[in-house]
Amino acid sequence: MEMIYSFMDMVLPFEWASHMFMKHALLAILLVTPLFGLLSTMVVSNRMAFFSDSLGHGAFTGIALGVLFGVVSPLVSLVVFSILFALCITYIKNKSTASTDTIIGVFSSTAIALGLMIMTSGGGFNKFSSFLIGDVLSITEEDLQALAVVFVLVLAGWAFLYNKLLVLSINSSFARSRGIATFWVEGLFAAILAVVVSISIQWVGILIINALLVLPAAAARNVTNNVKQYHVVSVSLALITGVSGLILAYYFNMAAGATIVVLSSLVFFVTIVLKPRFIR
Amino acid sequence: MFKNIMHHHASSSEDCAKLCCTRIEDFAVKIGHLTIFEDVNIHIHCGQLTAIIGPNGAGKSTLLKAILGEVPHQGKLHYVDAKGKHTGHPVIGYVPQYLRFDVSAPTSVMDIFMACLSKRPVWLCSDKSLRPRVEKSLARVHAEHLIDRRLGALSGGELQRVLLALALDPMPDLLLLDEPVSGVDQNGLELFYEILAELREKEDMAIILISHDLNMVARHADQVVLMNKSVVLNGTPDEVFSDARTRHIFGMLAGGEASAMDSGEKQNGRDA
Repeated sequence: MEMIYSFMDMVLPFEWASHMFMKHALLAILLVTPLFGLLSTMVVSNRMAFFSDSLGHGAFTGIALGVLFGVVSPLVSLVVFSILFALCITYIKNKSTASTDTIIGVFSSTAIALGLMIMTSGGGFNKFSSFLIGDVLSITEEDLQALAVVFVLVLAGWAFLYNKLLVLSINSSFARSRGIATFWVEGLFAAILAVVVSISIQWVGILIINALLVLPAAAARNVTNNVKQYHVVSVSLALITGVSGLILAYYFNMAAGATIVVLSSLVFFVTIVLKPRFIR
Repeated sequence: MFKNIMHHHASSSEDCAKLCCTRIEDFAVKIGHLTIFEDVNIHIHCGQLTAIIGPNGAGKSTLLKAILGEVPHQGKLHYVDAKGKHTGHPVIGYVPQYLRFDVSAPTSVMDIFMACLSKRPVWLCSDKSLRPRVEKSLARVHAEHLIDRRLGALSGGELQRVLLALALDPMPDLLLLDEPVSGVDQNGLELFYEILAELREKEDMAIILISHDLNMVARHADQVVLMNKSVVLNGTPDEVFSDARTRHIFGMLAGGEASAMDSGEKQNGRDA
């Protein structure tokens, strides 16, 4: 880690980059925003914005359970709960004839309510409020190491899974006719989403985490024509808005997550205007 | 009116033993207490277009899903190839009725093909060697000019042809088509059926088509199966469309039938 810090001092001779917490925050953003960029392409194409939103809501219960049992850190309980939550929605969605919206709505509101119930049971909700808005200063060296592992795993998972997901997104019967195990592909994607959401929640915040899973691709799809362009633009936008949002937030003393989201949505509106120039 | 001479004669069950044929035996799908369909026995011959018609809720789409193995069902699917040796389960190609995802997403026709045919992730790698193969597949459905087009920029008919080309690589023994209810114009539909006729002859492929366009079925199908919770009727288009039960189920067919037969004659004349 020392090598990385001194390297950062060398290439970033700025006032904001001299603080340790800003170094951590920058590294975290460099690791996580590309993942949001990648995953958001499929979230947007498959109309899964509501699903990814529910993952953020599921975090209420995940965090609350972690604190309630107190055996493991809230992060571990959050990751485990989110994966189970995502798989559960995927399974029931495939089994039930009710519409996807309804199923996700039921799960989402149950998770919020259950989480709030547990969190307020001792009378003190305040200690959880940092999870609502997120705190970029809270990132520690251990968090960064966990992020690095997740980064590598998600990239590998995305390389393995993407083609199957794209075929599945055409039509599930079509995917079955080509020998794709639809439930597992869908479930694995949901689990990856759950992991990325839950490790980012502590610094982005529950309220706006979904924006990072929607905005990069929503903007990118306005100006691209194929899958490669889509990914390149989505990941670049996520990175650029991530880093510049962090710096802005530092100088104006605002929540970094919120600043990033506002910047991304500005980019989105610019791409809407540019759309006719790019789309063939 | 020489339709029967032009087309392969729709078959009875006995000759299935000798020819390349797919047998659907005693298919039934029940969900809880609800019977979607039962007692479905159909023999589908290679080189023939078998059209399944029936009212909404007759179980047509579910039958295709049962053949695909997506829906748990009773009954057996036997496939026998031309040499008479059992190949067990046929290679099945499927053309879906609708797309689940947002077609305006930035996905090109080439992207979709690569996702189906290659293990390399589409977002990371490009596979130059795949391009000629894809062009060949698209040429089969007269769509080679669409290779770099966005899916969202395709018309209903073009999209249907691209999906057909996808289903034909690798070449299936049995092709299942769930025809879209709307979104394909008359010219597109005409071209689609011409491509199916080519495939049937050149590749000796068995084709099952769910159709809502009775005129098209009357003109192009070799065998027509009328379904309503089970098989009501099974025979040549002439047999099925002249039957009182068909008229009863579709109500207003009488007018449509006459014009269908007329244009069917024109079609045959052009082919000859």
